[in-house]
Amino acid sequence: MNHLLSIAELDRTGIERIITQAARFAEVSDREIKKVPALRGRMVLNLFYEASTRTRSSFELAAKRLSADVVNFAASGSSVEKGESLKDTVLTLSAHKPDAIVLRTPWAGAAELVSRWCGAAIVNAGDGQREHPTQALLDVYTLKQRLGGLDGASIWIVGDVTHSRVARSNILAFQAMGARVTVAGPPTLIPRRIEELGCEVRFTLDELDSADVVYALRMQRERMTETWVPSLREYATWYQINGRRLGPRQVLMHPGPVNRGVELSGDVVDSPQAVITAQVEAGVVVRMAVLYELLAGAKEPDPASRRQKTAPQLA
Amino acid sequence: MTATHPLVRCSHPPADVLRRDVHVLDPRAPIDARHDVRVRGGEIAELGVPEGLELLPAEELVEGRGRLTLLPAFFDPHVHLRTPGQEHKEDLETGTRAAAAGGFAAVIAMPNTDPVLDSAPLLRSLRDAAAREARVAVGFLPAITRGLAGEQLTEMAELRQEGALGFTDDGEPVQSAGMLRKALQYQRLCGGVLALHEEDRTLSHGGSMHEGALSAALGIRGIPTLAESTMVARDAALAGYEGGRVHFQHLSCRASVEVVADAKDRGWRVSAEVTPHHLLLTEQDLRELDTRMKMHPPLAGEDDRQALVEGLRAGTIDCVATDHAPHAREEKEVPFEQAPMGTTGLETAFAALHTGLVLTGALELGLLVERMTAGARLFDLPLPLIATGEQANLTLLDLDAEFLAGEHGWESRSDNCCFAGRAMRGRVLLTLAAGAIVYRERAFSVVAA
Repeated sequence: MNHLLSIAELDRTGIERIITQAARFAEVSDREIKKVPALRGRMVLNLFYEASTRTRSSFELAAKRLSADVVNFAASGSSVEKGESLKDTVLTLSAHKPDAIVLRTPWAGAAELVSRWCGAAIVNAGDGQREHPTQALLDVYTLKQRLGGLDGASIWIVGDVTHSRVARSNILAFQAMGARVTVAGPPTLIPRRIEELGCEVRFTLDELDSADVVYALRMQRERMTETWVPSLREYATWYQINGRRLGPRQVLMHPGPVNRGVELSGDVVDSPQAVITAQVEAGVVVRMAVLYELLAGAKEPDPASRRQKTAPQLA
Repeated sequence: MTATHPLVRCSHPPADVLRRDVHVLDPRAPIDARHDVRVRGGEIAELGVPEGLELLPAEELVEGRGRLTLLPAFFDPHVHLRTPGQEHKEDLETGTRAAAAGGFAAVIAMPNTDPVLDSAPLLRSLRDAAAREARVAVGFLPAITRGLAGEQLTEMAELRQEGALGFTDDGEPVQSAGMLRKALQYQRLCGGVLALHEEDRTLSHGGSMHEGALSAALGIRGIPTLAESTMVARDAALAGYEGGRVHFQHLSCRASVEVVADAKDRGWRVSAEVTPHHLLLTEQDLRELDTRMKMHPPLAGEDDRQALVEGLRAGTIDCVATDHAPHAREEKEVPFEQAPMGTTGLETAFAALHTGLVLTGALELGLLVERMTAGARLFDLPLPLIATGEQANLTLLDLDAEFLAGEHGWESRSDNCCFAGRAMRGRVLLTLAAGAIVYRERAFSVVAA
């Protein structure tokens, strides 16, 4: 693995390899000294074009626990605001020779693009509404800890699927691990033909009791301005996961940050079914495993292996 | 009511050329045989049997030996030459050089420049500039509404007197049905085709690609094909009601083709164009999010593509247009959703369609030639014709020459061509516009007398 750009690049074996490695790192997290020297002398660059406290600090912590050097670069307050293009920013920062770049942008495919511009290993930490592969890996890790395995499990992803990179990565990852995925939400927020990814589609929560896992997505307030749903109140009436809808044996997940009272009621957030804080914990060890897999013992990047293409034929 | 000739002619001196033993193909003449062709004084002076014409003094000789093909030069009713204001992408000289390299002898330029071409003085100065700089003949379509804002008609009658071929709000389509109706009513006074980029902005909604399984998987906002087809239906009905003349630009989907066929059945005065990229590519080609594949309207599905090919074959779609839309490298070298819409197309149009449609048996060569020249008639201009006494607008090709698109660079200032790197057959060797040699392929030598 040279980069982690999309969950689609990993098969079940690949996902399990990372999960297993993450479990080893989890033991380290319980020690008094939480650091291992695996990536000493390596540099991890966090390049974030969107506000993100949780994902960025999770990556930062993961890199530091592996003894890597970490540089954080946020687009706001930087040369980006002076009009520097993504390409120039990447080329400039590449001059510091980072071993890995953790990239978050509001644009689909940006991670692939950056992987062609520099020699560092690229970790996609969210590209637009397309993918967020480490989130999917940490969710699989969390579920495996809780359920033992995902084979045959029914997982419902509820909410704004249209604008959710978490949903797209998780549909792929959960299915790769043998789970059945259903997406549910208002018809305005379920993209046409999403079922071609292999999932089922529901517009109500009437059959939610068939789910083993309920994965609620964040309902972003800014969606209201474009009238994707008539009101948050009506959304909550139909799609909120609350004590009435959540069964005692169901597992509740959420990528954070939670809007209490919108997609989740306060009582379910605090319920024993919720594994939301376990997800946050898993984030660090899974990202350690990803950085470790990409960088430990990694050779110098081979520019010749990139961008080899034959001429495509017409029609 | 045009007072001025609507096409601006370049001032290159006509050449005297004898083409010996070339395969002449012109479906309108009709002619499909080996001939000698003499060009003199800007006209086709003589057509003779192969090896039948004598080389005259001071005449250049092109030896075809039966292997080269002579076609009427192509006509492109839809290009973006970017002048004024965006000369870093293209200008009158580079854009028409690209046209000549693609075998085109005339193009029509769109008004979404900076400033927008929406006034007579600007049209006058652009025509003056074209007369100085352009390699091939250029016609202009000024805006329907001032500043492409969709709120107030341009001074259409005065613009017509200054040589406007018609009008278009290409790039910023007319959203208001009432506004377009007024333009159609005013067309009774001034004439001039209304060329329409059809897109309901409330449906396209800032999307970057075709709405389908791929956009769902990529999380990129999709544009449903009905953003186009519903507007085609609306505007065909408006044109029918007002008895107006409209031309639908760059159709991209089956539904639009069906609406145009229906409008033609009703006798409404509508015509339509389609681009090489919509005829040859689909959304599957942008799996890798290559920004050169990002254009308006977006590449749609395979069923849509087939409907466009069939529509072009049947004549529901009247002609091919490239929608040549150059963008600077740094503008396209950004993430897909940030990139501007458009691909260049003049230099690859014929070879791409020859390779993708003619050689695959989807379209006859003669019909492709007809569709790549028919745009002239739609804008009330004379069709290029290979016959004695006709103006010499001619393209000489080697239909067997194979190459990779763009392998030797481009004549256009920009390189955002969606076909770049594709294997093609059918190379333009020599283009004559009004008898002047406006393009000569580098490796191709003309034997001097």
